[in-house]
Amino acid sequence: MQNLGLRFPELLIWSPLIAGLLCFILRSEKSSKAVALFSSIVTLLISFASLIYADNKYLSGLTDQYVWMPYLGASFNVGLDGMGHLLTFLTAFSFPLIFVATYKSTYKNSAAFYGLMLLSQAGLMGVFTAMDALVFYFFWELALIPVYFLCSRWGGEKRIQATFKFFVYTFAGSLLMLVGIIYLYFQTQVASGSLSDHSFALNAFYNLRLSFPEQYWLFWLFFIAFAIKMPIFPFHTWQPDTYEQSPTAVTMVLSGIMVKMGVFAVLRWLIPVFPAGVEKYQAIVVGLSVFGMIYASLIAMKQDDLKRLVAYSSIAHIGLMCAAIFSSTQTGVQGVMIQMFSHGINIIGLWIVVELIEKQTGVRKISQLGGIAHKAPVLTIMLVIIALANIALPLTNAFVGEFMMFSGLFTYNIWFAAIAGISIILAAVYTLNMVQKVFYGETNTLTGAIKEIAWNEKIILAVIVVAIFMIGVFPQPLFNLTKQAVLLILGKGN
Amino acid sequence: MKNVLQMAWLIPFLPLVGFLINGLGRKYLSKTLTGIIGSGVVLGSFLISLYVFFNVKHGNTHVAHYFDFVNIMSLNIGFDFQIDQLSSLFLLIITGVGFLIHVYSTAYMHEEDSKDYAKFFAYLNLFVFSMLLLVMGGNYVIMFIGWEGVGLCSYLLIGYWFKNNDYTNAAKKAFVMNRIGDLGFLLAVFWLISKLGTTDFHNVFDNVAKLSTTDITAITLLLFVGAMGKSAQIPLYTWLPDAMAGPTPVSALIHAATMVTAGIYMIARSNILYTMAPTTQAVVAIVGLATAVLAATIALKQNDIKKVLAYSTVSQLGYMFLALGVGAYTGAVFHVMTHAFFKALMFLGAGSVIHAMGGEQDMRNMGGLKKYMGITQVTFLIGCLAIAGMPPFSGFFSKDEILAHTFEKNPVLWGVGVLTAFMTAFYMFRLYAMTFLGKFRGTHEQEHHLHESPKAITIPLIILAILSLVGGLVGIPEVFMHGGHRLEAFLEPIFAGSNALVTQHHPLSHSTEYLLMGISVFGALAALLYAWNKFSKYEKTDAEETGFGKVLANKWYVDELYDTIIVKPLQSVAAFFNNVMEKKGIDGFVNGVGKAVNYGSRQIRLLQSGHVGTYVLLMVVGILILFIVQMFL
Repeated sequence: MQNLGLRFPELLIWSPLIAGLLCFILRSEKSSKAVALFSSIVTLLISFASLIYADNKYLSGLTDQYVWMPYLGASFNVGLDGMGHLLTFLTAFSFPLIFVATYKSTYKNSAAFYGLMLLSQAGLMGVFTAMDALVFYFFWELALIPVYFLCSRWGGEKRIQATFKFFVYTFAGSLLMLVGIIYLYFQTQVASGSLSDHSFALNAFYNLRLSFPEQYWLFWLFFIAFAIKMPIFPFHTWQPDTYEQSPTAVTMVLSGIMVKMGVFAVLRWLIPVFPAGVEKYQAIVVGLSVFGMIYASLIAMKQDDLKRLVAYSSIAHIGLMCAAIFSSTQTGVQGVMIQMFSHGINIIGLWIVVELIEKQTGVRKISQLGGIAHKAPVLTIMLVIIALANIALPLTNAFVGEFMMFSGLFTYNIWFAAIAGISIILAAVYTLNMVQKVFYGETNTLTGAIKEIAWNEKIILAVIVVAIFMIGVFPQPLFNLTKQAVLLILGKGN
Repeated sequence: MKNVLQMAWLIPFLPLVGFLINGLGRKYLSKTLTGIIGSGVVLGSFLISLYVFFNVKHGNTHVAHYFDFVNIMSLNIGFDFQIDQLSSLFLLIITGVGFLIHVYSTAYMHEEDSKDYAKFFAYLNLFVFSMLLLVMGGNYVIMFIGWEGVGLCSYLLIGYWFKNNDYTNAAKKAFVMNRIGDLGFLLAVFWLISKLGTTDFHNVFDNVAKLSTTDITAITLLLFVGAMGKSAQIPLYTWLPDAMAGPTPVSALIHAATMVTAGIYMIARSNILYTMAPTTQAVVAIVGLATAVLAATIALKQNDIKKVLAYSTVSQLGYMFLALGVGAYTGAVFHVMTHAFFKALMFLGAGSVIHAMGGEQDMRNMGGLKKYMGITQVTFLIGCLAIAGMPPFSGFFSKDEILAHTFEKNPVLWGVGVLTAFMTAFYMFRLYAMTFLGKFRGTHEQEHHLHESPKAITIPLIILAILSLVGGLVGIPEVFMHGGHRLEAFLEPIFAGSNALVTQHHPLSHSTEYLLMGISVFGALAALLYAWNKFSKYEKTDAEETGFGKVLANKWYVDELYDTIIVKPLQSVAAFFNNVMEKKGIDGFVNGVGKAVNYGSRQIRLLQSGHVGTYVLLMVVGILILFIVQMFL
């Protein structure tokens, strides 16, 4: 069975990739939708199986490795460690949810839509499993480029401006990262006898002996690239616009999974490679993140558009993750691990609710809504639970993560933790405000006609709610899964 | 399991089951069934709590570990319950009084339609569940789960009638103010983790010696911030009076049996930390006393029957913090208990009155209800006598204990405390007289409707009245009867560590104690009679309050003050961030860069002219530059 274990990372990539290409070939609306749903479920099953075979040890020795471009020292090297398991599972878990929740939406040229969605999923799987910098870069772009097209072709009214901004940011980030990767590549040493003098392998990067000045500037190349993706203040303004303008299914992918690419990349490709850089700029990054948390929370209070509200709330949450990572404590990073998963589920849940409201009323403006609780109690209960998870109430999944991240941050610096803590209060303010204005009160002409949600939507939301409580009450399995990965990241980092 | 107390998980589990059944089955259950399930599960918890209590009384205490909540190398938090004297006493109060409130609600909420009725009971059960979790938690994290849980439940129940915007505002205010306190609590827990690496009560209290004075002071102050939110102390008390928006049984539950006592419980639980931090103790005592005075002054001028009770709760909680601050931990817990009896009694009594008045809460429109509502009136009178500290009602014993300890510590604090007690007697009998005495001032329609409430309402009132009457007898002071303070003996193991730390202890002489008692009883009696006399002749006037009375009627304008110094500035900062920094600043910059790139690429395109000569020239220039760079580096 050992060999089967080895094949999982590959299967996770190939399954959506082939299905995606199939969609392009089929060109039929109905069948592409079915293919997408079916393949996403297959991928989920593969991911389940991979978890059963998951070995908690770091699996770097047990990866799929094909010699790819020997003269360059690049190989198609993919593998799964605890963190990889966690995030590939998040990806595999989210896509069926997204497809089912938006099953009734119709898109023009839907074969291309689903094809691009699946390609993006393949890219994400690749990012989370890559053990080679070139492979990582390749999949990073494979994940992002479809999103660019998805937003620009199927997006809202202002999609052109939004995608332009998205493109400028993303392109700048990728370019910086590429320069960094190439520089690092030339610094690597390889055992004699191989075809090339250098290597793109993750381990080769981990074994680099970089001088301090080198680490200092390289740190920023990579950090800015990843900070844009997360996003961290002040690299975040693409996000609200893109979330607002993208079709909801794409927004779910972007916010639920794709922002984790940035967090993940920091953990895998930045912290262990530039320990001196991390140490030197730790305070700046934590400071930026903490300021960004308060900044985004305050702006969230001022939003009238549901999508923008969720976007800014997400920026605040991601800020905490980044701050916790750079606190360089085991508790903090362990909190980030669990929170990556929880945040993904919760925000997809929020988007589903937003989508359901918009579909029925045609608006997303908080000020135009109200009284939905009378008409759709089930939707309201689900939303309230997800909203409470979003503000990290105990026994929901986000509490454990936030508690540990704050605890880690506190160990690093009391004042940063205290200031960041204000965002807990602000989150309650804007979230409860939203719940009050949208769901409570009297109905109006727009919301008067709203109906209770359909059974497939109930099931999806119920799945999310169950996941929220399961992780919230029994988080330990996720810690067991990622414990080793955290130690490795910090072992290299300190 | 080896220890019978391991099954204590059933105590919170039963209300959780009740919550799930009533919550998920709200469309299918009849009201009767809902009421039976909702009350039945709490009764079940009460019976188990009794069993646990007698086990504990025989010296069997236990920390039950169920599973690992978080277990990583740097941090280990178990899902543990701590069953000892303190928690078992609170279990009895919560489930006992809680059960009576549930029974009462079956009648009080009967006009709701069955879905909402089930929702209400589901929330009540969830409330009890959270409070039990808070009290039983074996470490600060499990306690915090219940701590935020009761905050959530108060939010849900205050905003139960969610169509009304004022009610949902009150609900939101309660939640947010609690969250401010919760942040303090959380920071204290992080502080403990960073210094001791543990949150278990046992481990923390056994290792206090490892903490510096600064650590202990900071931790205790931060925990106290948490208590300010939950137990409504200055400056975080303004949510509690607004919480009256919820149905009356909810007010009883929040004010008497659960939630607001959480802060007292937490500090009593952490008593060793507080005893080691005299600075914090002083802060706690002063904040408590200040709250007691402030709330009492506001209560003097309120006309809404529930508002008066709400401020009296805030004021009584202030007493409890005063007790904690002067180190009278037993006194604080004692007062929690007696207060739970008489305040639940009075809130439920007020509910009975409101029920009879068809929803009217303004005392100016009441009066003379005595002849229509015999049981409500008598039981309410007992409650008033208890809170006013009249012997031998329960409030007398607990209040006396607190004041006596305060006098030992500082006579000035005692003086203020006694004055507050006079005010308490005054405003409570103002309330009593305006409601039950004199002549009826409401409409004819209301007068026609007046009636005594059904049994499900009156029986809990009678039981609570009996408890308010005799509840104080578990803590008879030493001067009256040697060994009469059975509560102190029972709680002794909890506070043993703190008692050992207090080196010098000058018990008051008997004569001093009798004197103090005399002053507070006779003063309160005078205030009581004055109010009785004055307000039984109350006539409705349209005259507005003037001068100082207006300030009190408007609650010292504290809400307005918070609005000016906190809410509005915060909103302006948010607006600045949103409109200027985000849109003009960062976004402006990014869009500018985008445009520049666009412009630049259009210009660069001009270079692709197709003239080979130009290309060669550029190439040569480039090479030259490279050479020059090479030479200098």
